[in-house]
Amino acid sequence: MSEITYLEAIREGMREEMLRDGNVFCIGEDIGTYGGAFRVTAGFLQEFGRPRILDTPLSESAILGASVGAAIMGLRPVAEMQFADFVANGFNMLVNFAAKAHYRWGAKVPMVVRLPSGGGTRGGPFHATNPEAWFARVPGLKVVVPATVRDAKGLIKSAIRDDNPVLYFEHKYLYRRLKDTLEGEVLTPIGKARVAREGLHVSLVTYGSMVYHGMNVAEELAREGVEVEVIDLRSLVPLDEEAILESVRKTSRVVVCHEDTKTGGFGGEIAARIAEKAFEHLDAPVRRVAAKDTPVPHAPQLEDAFAPQPADIKRAILETVAY
Amino acid sequence: MPRTSRKSSEAEFRSTTQEDLKRHDAGLLLGLYRDMVRTRALDNRIEALYKQGKLVAGCYSSRGQEGLSVGSTAALRKDDVIGPMIRNLGSMLRHGIPMTMVLRNYLGRANGPTKGRDGSSHFGSLEHNVIAPISMLASLIPVMCGVALSFQMRKEDRVALTWIGDGGSNVGDFHEGLNFAGVLKLPFVLILENNQYAYSTPIEYQTAAKDFACRAQGYGIPSAKVEGNDTLAVYEVTREAVERARGGAGPTLIEARTMRMRGHAIHDDAKYVPQEMFDEWEKKDPIATFAERLRKAKILDDKVAKRIDVEVKEELEQQTEDALAQPPADPAHEIDEVYAP
Ligand SMILES: Cc1ncc(C[n+]2csc(CCOP(=O)(O)OP(=O)(O)O)c2C)c(N)n1
Ligand SMILES: [Mg+2]
Repeated sequence: MSEITYLEAIREGMREEMLRDGNVFCIGEDIGTYGGAFRVTAGFLQEFGRPRILDTPLSESAILGASVGAAIMGLRPVAEMQFADFVANGFNMLVNFAAKAHYRWGAKVPMVVRLPSGGGTRGGPFHATNPEAWFARVPGLKVVVPATVRDAKGLIKSAIRDDNPVLYFEHKYLYRRLKDTLEGEVLTPIGKARVAREGLHVSLVTYGSMVYHGMNVAEELAREGVEVEVIDLRSLVPLDEEAILESVRKTSRVVVCHEDTKTGGFGGEIAARIAEKAFEHLDAPVRRVAAKDTPVPHAPQLEDAFAPQPADIKRAILETVAY
Repeated sequence: MPRTSRKSSEAEFRSTTQEDLKRHDAGLLLGLYRDMVRTRALDNRIEALYKQGKLVAGCYSSRGQEGLSVGSTAALRKDDVIGPMIRNLGSMLRHGIPMTMVLRNYLGRANGPTKGRDGSSHFGSLEHNVIAPISMLASLIPVMCGVALSFQMRKEDRVALTWIGDGGSNVGDFHEGLNFAGVLKLPFVLILENNQYAYSTPIEYQTAAKDFACRAQGYGIPSAKVEGNDTLAVYEVTREAVERARGGAGPTLIEARTMRMRGHAIHDDAKYVPQEMFDEWEKKDPIATFAERLRKAKILDDKVAKRIDVEVKEELEQQTEDALAQPPADPAHEIDEVYAP
């Protein structure tokens, strides 16, 4: 068994599902001949051919709309947004068509939208956002955010098998940074959080790239005697509320962290649920660590000032522990 | 603003003659007539139920456009898939949706097709090969392209067809969808119902082009223009497009010229439409004109017309009774089925 990257894990998961189920197909811009802007689908065109690997015109709404139509007819499209940011151009298809179909008239829409998201790559205002909160509040959509190589594979496979529209946020910063060895069938259940690290003093509830940074901070703090429990949500919708509450009941102190901007970010929802359901277990107010409420800036100095840094997570944890 | 009901010349819009009519099977022609009568009867019933306070939300009449819906849908096989818009009641009926299903949805009944979760004719039924629209105009176009794509991928010789208004055709999805269909040569047909208005907005405020059909050129696909109130012409033109699509030759855009004979919805008195326009188009009523032609061709007489009226009335009464007898939507199930299991 050789090591693979987070990006290769996505590819492997998709490939396995393509081989397993003839209804699965890939659709997007530059995914065939070029193998995708990030090469996630490299080699697919050679292996599966057109139209199962379908390079389309540059039309996000048509890509997502056609995915909805094909999915209603029983195919299982995996649509790629070249960058998560461009999903704004196809927003309506997801929030109005895909999300409401089953509730309205019982039509299943088994589609996956892959959204290369996040910063740390100096992508600037239009190539580095984390738009998961736009969708996490839409009943009918599922939202998953893998933070490890294992879940990158396990969640894409589960998303493809799911009979609902699933938005799969894959983090560009993690693409080639994370490596792991995977054996056997890897399937991550959608809606189950993961205790990434056990700890007694404080819970860090997070997802996506902040799991990576949070784990590093937790290791550092452990050397200083603070045991951080890191909860990797993996799935925002459905949300594993019980896993969050269980950790809160254990540690009584919580820091919620995400790379997305703060106001209206998903962290607010987590904090509210903790306040509603575990208030009496808290020994300190819930703190949020998130990006500043600005567009994502381009210059390294600005992007680093914008995005939550390990030092910010560390400070919030120490303040919460000291409260 | 002074208005005429068209920009392009009369001759460009295809219509049929009595000779053309005689080439068709009497069964087909009577079927078209009958389905138009059914559509208007249901349309009238929906309006009546609204006035009786039994319907709570918007009623969108397709009065005057029945021939367009029925004629185009008649060009399809039952296993072809349609995506009807709000003024395609006739398409739903023609494709096999029972009247009670429409009425149950309008009435918000527990066992209607959306269980009260959506209203009017906003529903689909995969069993009947009907995809539900969403309110956002033109969204159905890319989605129906996806339906057509599924046929292409599975090598099925089925066709996807949907409609769009003169107003809705200015939404980006119209353009993204048609371009996409053209590139992939999808088995797809789009019928643009130019009924002169989008809510209160006349076509002059929708496009600077001389017509809507010319857009097809920009996507490298064929187009056709047809008199939308000539049911037989709509049938023929659609049939040609459907056969092209079925044969692998790709999509077609059809512009059909017609007139919205009511307000946008029942609340709208359409005072902004010059009376002369209504008068002019009333003379072109698709049902009356078609009946007249069938009589001239000796396909329809008083006796047959009477029989059809009676049968349609019976169907309507029975179906209305059925719909009204259904229980109201159940709040206990409000939160159910947001997700597929
Ligand atoms: C994208 C979008 N914008 C606005 C509306 C509100 N709206 C509903 S119908 C309508 C007019 C539609 O006109 P047209 O497309 O010509 O169809 P018609 O009603 O004439 O059949 C408007 C503005 C909508 N449904 N969708
Ligand atoms: Mg109109």
